[in-house]
Amino acid sequence: MANSNLIELRGVSKDFKGPERQRITVLENLHMALHDGEIVAVLGKSGAGKSTMLRILAGLVPPTSGEVIYRDKPLRGSEPGISMVFQSFALFPWLDVLENVKLGLEARRLDPGEQHRRAIEVIDMIGLDGFESAYPKELSGGMRQRVGFARALVVEPDILLMDEPFSALDVPTAETLRDDLLDLWRERKIPTRAILMVSHSIEESLLLADRLLILDGTPGRIKAELPVRLPHPRDRNAAAFRALVDRIYAVMTRPAPEAVAPLAAATLGIGHRLPGANVQQMLGVLDHVREEAGGERLELAELADELEMEIDELFPLVEALELLGFATVGGGAIRLTQTGRVFLEADILERKVIFGRALLERVPLARHITGAIESEEDHRVDEERFLSELNEFLTDEEAERVLEVVVAWGRYAEIFAYDYDSGVFSLEDPTAEETTD
Amino acid sequence: MAERFPERPFTAGSWVSRWDLVLLPLVIGLFFLLAWAGSHTPAGHYVGPRPELSLNPALLPIYALKTTLRMLVALAVSFVFTIVVGTWAAKSPRAERVLIPLLDIGQSVPILGFLSFAVLWVVKIVPDPILGADFAAVFAIFTSQVWNMAFSYYQSLKMMPKDLRQAADVLNLSRWQRFKRLEFPHAVPLLVWNTMMSVSGGWFFVVASEAISVAHHQVLLPGVGSYISVAIAHRNMAAIGWAILAMFVVIMLYDQLAFRPMIAWAEKFKMRPTDGPEPQSWMLDLLRRSRVIAAVGFLLRQSLARAGVAGRRVARRGWSRERSRVVRLSPRIGETGWNLILGVAAVATVVLLTRYILAGVGFAEVGHVFLIGFYTLIRVLVLTLLASLVWVPVGIALGLNPRMRQRAQAVVLFLSAFPANLLFPIAVVAILRWHLNPEIWLSPLMMLGAQWYIIFNVIAGAQQIPGELREAADNLGLRGWPRWRRLYLPAILPYYATGGVTAAGAAWNATIVAEFVTWGGHTLTASGVGAYIAEQTASGNQPKLVLGIAVMIIYVLLMNRLLWARLYRVAEERLVED
Repeated sequence: MANSNLIELRGVSKDFKGPERQRITVLENLHMALHDGEIVAVLGKSGAGKSTMLRILAGLVPPTSGEVIYRDKPLRGSEPGISMVFQSFALFPWLDVLENVKLGLEARRLDPGEQHRRAIEVIDMIGLDGFESAYPKELSGGMRQRVGFARALVVEPDILLMDEPFSALDVPTAETLRDDLLDLWRERKIPTRAILMVSHSIEESLLLADRLLILDGTPGRIKAELPVRLPHPRDRNAAAFRALVDRIYAVMTRPAPEAVAPLAAATLGIGHRLPGANVQQMLGVLDHVREEAGGERLELAELADELEMEIDELFPLVEALELLGFATVGGGAIRLTQTGRVFLEADILERKVIFGRALLERVPLARHITGAIESEEDHRVDEERFLSELNEFLTDEEAERVLEVVVAWGRYAEIFAYDYDSGVFSLEDPTAEETTD
Repeated sequence: MAERFPERPFTAGSWVSRWDLVLLPLVIGLFFLLAWAGSHTPAGHYVGPRPELSLNPALLPIYALKTTLRMLVALAVSFVFTIVVGTWAAKSPRAERVLIPLLDIGQSVPILGFLSFAVLWVVKIVPDPILGADFAAVFAIFTSQVWNMAFSYYQSLKMMPKDLRQAADVLNLSRWQRFKRLEFPHAVPLLVWNTMMSVSGGWFFVVASEAISVAHHQVLLPGVGSYISVAIAHRNMAAIGWAILAMFVVIMLYDQLAFRPMIAWAEKFKMRPTDGPEPQSWMLDLLRRSRVIAAVGFLLRQSLARAGVAGRRVARRGWSRERSRVVRLSPRIGETGWNLILGVAAVATVVLLTRYILAGVGFAEVGHVFLIGFYTLIRVLVLTLLASLVWVPVGIALGLNPRMRQRAQAVVLFLSAFPANLLFPIAVVAILRWHLNPEIWLSPLMMLGAQWYIIFNVIAGAQQIPGELREAADNLGLRGWPRWRRLYLPAILPYYATGGVTAAGAAWNATIVAEFVTWGGHTLTASGVGAYIAEQTASGNQPKLVLGIAVMIIYVLLMNRLLWARLYRVAEERLVED
């Protein structure tokens, strides 16, 4: 079996250096292998390290510890046999389609005639003929991503890595492109021996992949591995397909292995990575659960379907609802709590009160901020202080994001005020000077 | 900072439009007229202000303050001009056709040559010679900085999103409210940026304009610039050192107290937030958090609001009256008549100019000036190329490194504001000591202050290169020269064009002081149109001076249109606009 491992991660971990020189671990002790002839999809909530994992496999990012073995040798930097397709297409805007496709060959110093021949061949295969001299900005999103595929495939890679390749496209375009790719793969028109795709769409992953990896937690680990043995072409409405979707939701809502009781408020610190959910959307979800299931068990798969949300949109909402005690999640389903019901029934002003109470009870960062404001003599605290406190646990960017979330929640609940211009937190004071004319 | 597709520093689509053909002779003709009138009226009470100036370093703070004040006054005037002319050009298509090429030509006028007319004229009008020279200096600084500010304001108005404009219509905003709530805030980011660039360049001119000799009269305005010119006359190296130090402190204060707060403040008005860390300023934080300032601001706004109400009442009355009085010609007739007037004026000017030139200087002189103009062109081109070869790679390397670039940008901004002409004496002493050829070794001086525009824009460009594009290049195995050719160089091209046109423009202007330098009794010259202008200014030969200026304008315009605008357009056309 060892020989069928095209590329393998052995105990790979990745740390990033935080702003205070502390290490922030994104991936921990990852073991996985990509075998000959398979398509693997990697699913996970945002921030679980999917993208980092892909970049480690591509040789773009070196792991902090552990090894990447490619063709029985440790991988050092990018390899001609490993190609990548990007979410934003990453086309060179100043090069036309043909030049973009040729770029990978150019780096290999093939003779110009050969470059041209192979580029044209791939362009025809991927359905771009006629567009050779177009610049990327002249193309639609779908055509642009076809150029992205052509550029990746022209070097005849063993391994094709795809970073959410369809997520910047509209639904029908994504579908067409995905089917075309699957045809090329299944009819062996491309020499690629394995494909690994990062995705945030469960259905898309199930339509393509032979195997799913689910990444979860902070730092990210492989939480589950799931073979998909449905025959192609797959029907997303088939019972077996739906059962798999439900199963994946169930796996994803199972508590991460490292946290036994992750949502008990007592175990959360101020550095908890608050999900980026806004209050209006949370209300929308609550309302939907009440409408559809009377507040009782509603499958997340069904909810996602009806709200037309992918997991990267739905999970932050669900997580926030659970964190604030408005809903409970388990076994791939959501149900309202008593507080959740009361919150939903309340009028606009009461809702703010209920939300504020939940915030202070269950979100340590919110409690910390109000405490800090109250203990200051002039009831004003600079955001820098909270940012530097968050920096103990989070990267700069993440710290800012978390603070933004808590500002939005706190403003809604009116438990504190925040002035964007000065970056100062203060007590909520609706009578603050409002100006002139 | 400045995370944007670099604004388009050029106006027209084609390299020369019929409006250029009309306006260029008109502008040059105006100079001739000024010169002619200036040389034909008696000099009267025109005497240079007392040329005594103490070299006591203790007086430097006062001199520095005076220099700064000139700068501020010029800036205030520029602002008013910007708002009025920018609005006018954006709202009236007829004015637009004339004003926009005019701004472009204005940008190409060598300020220091122009200064001598200003001095002659203002001194005639204003009785007090020092005050007059002060006016002239302010006027020169104003003309050095106003064009790109006005152009950026015009551009912001033109780029106003349609929905915002329609929202303002639906809300029935008055003219003043529209300006205050929509037009001005929308223009702030671009305007602040251009103002800062203008002010950075302005320091050079304020220093140069304080000590200028016109027609054998030495004009000395108390300030850092005149201080250093007296120090040069006395060959006093210590005093030069003091002046450089004083200017260093001034620029440092300006950077911390004005430049940075403005840039950080402008962030608030951007439609899309900047990627990466927002520009920060301790000064702005201080202002925003200070309660005293908040209280003062509140009072100020209140009184402004009161004044505004009163003003609006007046304005409304004025507006309606004006409207009722306007006699409406048929648009067709008005249009044709307007074009006809401009055309006739242009033709008349060309005829008069030719006669005047032939009478005053002759064909040979015209040919000679074009030839030495060509020498200067070669100098500017070669030095821009050399500066690019050095600074483009450095700028890209710095721009790609997030830790380095913040610091690098701050340093470069500081350096670009520092008036490079203060450093000329050091170079001159070196040339004299080692008997270097001034034709070659004076040339670098023109790039001394100009080179920073290149590196600054390249850093901004490199910073814009999307991370995924760099990853794609990694994944494709692009390394070494192919990586530069395929990724870095095309990615920064529009930024480089913006930096290049600014740098080359600054270099042209600097030739007037860089090709003609003195040290005590020694004078070093390099043959070029810059030196020609400087010499004619000193000797007071008006027709020749105007000829020199006209030739320089023509060269600058040609270079901008044929080189930089094309480069920019090529770059712009290739880039995706998502």
